[in-house]
Amino acid sequence: MSESSFEPIEEKLYRNRYLVDAGRPHIRVRRHLSPSASLRALTKICPANCYSFDDAGQVKVVTDGCLECGTCRVLCEASGEIDWNYPRGGFGILFKFG
Amino acid sequence: MSRERFDAIVVGAGMSGNAAAYTMASRGLKVLQLERGEYPGSKNVQGAILYANMLEGIVPNFRDDAPLERHLVEQRLWIMDDTSHSGMHYRSHDFNEQRANRYTIVRVQFDKWFAGKVREAGGTILCETTATKLARDGSGNVIGVHTDRAGRPILADVVVLAEGVNGVLGTRMGLRDVPKSQNVALAVKEMHFLPEHVIAERFGLTGDQGCVIEALGTISRGVAGLGFLYTNRDSVSLGIGCLVSGLAESMESPHTLLNGFKCHPSIKPLLAGSEVKEYAAHLIPEGGFRAIPELHGEGWVVVGDAAQLNNAVHREGSNLAMTSGQIAGEAICTIKNQGRPMTKDNLSLYKSMLDKSFVMRDLIKHKDVPALLHTNSQSLFSTYPKLISQAAQGFVRVDGSTKIEKEKAAIDAFIKARSRWGLVSDAVRIARAWR
Repeated sequence: MSESSFEPIEEKLYRNRYLVDAGRPHIRVRRHLSPSASLRALTKICPANCYSFDDAGQVKVVTDGCLECGTCRVLCEASGEIDWNYPRGGFGILFKFG
Repeated sequence: MSRERFDAIVVGAGMSGNAAAYTMASRGLKVLQLERGEYPGSKNVQGAILYANMLEGIVPNFRDDAPLERHLVEQRLWIMDDTSHSGMHYRSHDFNEQRANRYTIVRVQFDKWFAGKVREAGGTILCETTATKLARDGSGNVIGVHTDRAGRPILADVVVLAEGVNGVLGTRMGLRDVPKSQNVALAVKEMHFLPEHVIAERFGLTGDQGCVIEALGTISRGVAGLGFLYTNRDSVSLGIGCLVSGLAESMESPHTLLNGFKCHPSIKPLLAGSEVKEYAAHLIPEGGFRAIPELHGEGWVVVGDAAQLNNAVHREGSNLAMTSGQIAGEAICTIKNQGRPMTKDNLSLYKSMLDKSFVMRDLIKHKDVPALLHTNSQSLFSTYPKLISQAAQGFVRVDGSTKIEKEKAAIDAFIKARSRWGLVSDAVRIARAWR
């Protein structure tokens, strides 16, 4: 694979249109001592890279770039590790082409 | 909201929701459609291919004004390793027909058009409104929908859940489960813009002819997955979808897989010089027949992706969505015209009509394929594609070794990778799942 396989995700998200509902994230990670395998997986497989580790080694989420795909909900809602909702009407990703 | 009451509320303005809303509104029902995006389509993602036959059944003259990109004349299926692809191509002049069979579309534009038809038919569409909860009466019957706009629920005789693969209403109310990770694929996609004539030259197309490439192999790093490339009028949709369970196990990042696919030597020249204008992600139902939830209950039906109505083998989804929405709409109109209530028993008409349609018949045929893809992903999506690529190269490369040696080397490589027993058992499993 060529060097451009490493195009950072920010480059991709930058091209999208969002209306961020400031201060009202639609996904929250519940407090945990050490992240489960599923929660750790989100730091890799979330297509918008919304999940990352904080300094304490816990998984955190920043929903500004969220594409509302639901992958994290499928993996981590049932176990109670995350609270998942759609953004309020009109907010979030606004696809131009879809 | 006033205490206005509707015959039906449709949650979602995607393919199934628009089909249901249009079907009911055009037959005179009082329909309210809820859409959380700023306009219909703004939350929707698809490859996308439109299947004309199913839309014709709903809007017969759609070709007059629907935003269609290209009609498909060629389908390529590629099996890839890291440096090569071998392929099966089918191209036919027969597809240059007056009423073409398949078109590429851009979903946001198409859904706006389809929602316009719903409005013309008399349906009301309320955008920027997220449905948060189903309203139920004391006996648990669904009687309407709560939204993030109003304190009081909006009431209707029946609610059509067209809320998509990741719908929250039905799952929160216990009408169906959240999809399991082995039953959904995560697709990521980029829109690459190129001048119309460049697309025509690169893919050998004239006029509004279009071409589809679907690719499997080492691009998904052993995870069950499929890469795709669709030609639109002046853009190319490029993406890759992989089972969420496989991604979670392998910790492969989908956007890295997409970058790898994009930079593959067989794909890169097709996109050279393009301007990427959007990056999208969406889940695709892949569980097939065995993952279909209960389809109707007291005061509700579920349609489209929300009901997992997707044919993973043929990569058909939007047509199943449209037809299920249409059938639900027809069933509701029939029940309404008979003056009967929207009970679970009466709404079973939707299920029985759907069972007789291509939707269920096709899904039953392929009911064992999803499990096969899930459990054999490494061999199907990595080992075999590599072996096929090596064998193909051995076949065409002329290097002085004899044909008998080459043939033996190819066969030995298959046996070494999968063992004789493994090859037979793989063949049997695939044949069984397919039949």
